Amino acid sequence: MAHIKLLNEELPGIVGLLNYRPETAKPLLELAETLLRGPSTLTSGEREIIAASVSWWNNCHFCHTSHAAAAAAHLNCDLSLVDEIKKGLPNTNVSDKLRALLHIAHQVQRNGKEVTAEDVAYARELGATDQEIHDTVLIAAAFCMYNRYVDGLGTWAPQANEAYKEMGERMAFVGYGKHQPA
Amino acid sequence: MPHIDLPEEYPGIRSLFVYQPETAAPLCHLAQVLLHDPHPTLTAGERELIASYVSNLNTCKFCTATHSAIAKHQLGSDLSLVKHVLADPETAPISDKLRALLKIAAKVQTGGKNVLSEDIETARSEGATDIEIHDTVLIAAAFCMYNRYVDGLATWQPDNEAFYDKMGEQRAREGYKPSSINFTLTEELKKS
Repeated sequence: MAHIKLLNEELPGIVGLLNYRPETAKPLLELAETLLRGPSTLTSGEREIIAASVSWWNNCHFCHTSHAAAAAAHLNCDLSLVDEIKKGLPNTNVSDKLRALLHIAHQVQRNGKEVTAEDVAYARELGATDQEIHDTVLIAAAFCMYNRYVDGLGTWAPQANEAYKEMGERMAFVGYGKHQPA
Repeated sequence: MPHIDLPEEYPGIRSLFVYQPETAAPLCHLAQVLLHDPHPTLTAGERELIASYVSNLNTCKFCTATHSAIAKHQLGSDLSLVKHVLADPETAPISDKLRALLKIAAKVQTGGKNVLSEDIETARSEGATDIEIHDTVLIAAAFCMYNRYVDGLATWQPDNEAFYDKMGEQRAREGYKPSSINFTLTEELKKS
């Protein structure tokens, strides 16, 4: 049970919190929509992999599984991607550039100062642009917020990967803070 | 030197807001709601203290100095109080409720799961409400983002107390509307 009395206790993870405080929900959803679905040279699938990886490193089951499911929806692959992300994508065909950006994201997850000039130079060598480095750092930083928000208030989360399939599809194809078209 | 090509005349998060206005908008909006808009019970000064306390735990110089200066101007120009809270909230002259909320914020900084039911019970026994606990957790979490954003891109973070004080005075008065974030204090910095 959550640490505070939510308006609807059936809503899992961040969903119950967004429903509890609409004033903060609005910028939190706008930020996610811009970072994960806005215009970018990184695909939404790549950006959701960064979000899901950071959430895994922060040990946030709800954010990890839901964003990994969103990545799977974007990439049109099955939910085995959820566990593959936990292992560091050993069997997934992703670019070396994305792997270098994931390393930067992992450094950000530890602390912003952990990102070194070498980490950035290496990503650049593999083709990463300033904009992509910026977006990677901000996605990683933002998930250090969302994860702490979800876990710090003790919200509940469904356990099984399958429980996140529809949620991931909605996040991928409808978006954040948007209602499903009728 | 910043890790990416940022506009040189702006320090800290301001250089990032100018670099990327699309993300600046929700980031400023979030800070405005969390720290500046009227709150049923927590003062802006108390909320700024939480922000600067967490920024200090994350060792982010720019955010610590900025939000300490804002807190100072929200709290009757008492910088020694702000410094005392950052150094040792246990002995600082603040309410026991705020002390308990700062303890929750410190737990959030190390990881959301570290917040225990006992921490929540202690805050409640000192009078904290659900919305105060909610906002404390989200302010602490949000500064784990802002701090990483500012440090992760190695933004310019000047050592100039007068600059932070002036920015803090303005921010305490005007809040975090993107239009007011866009002013420049380059003249102040050049003088230093």
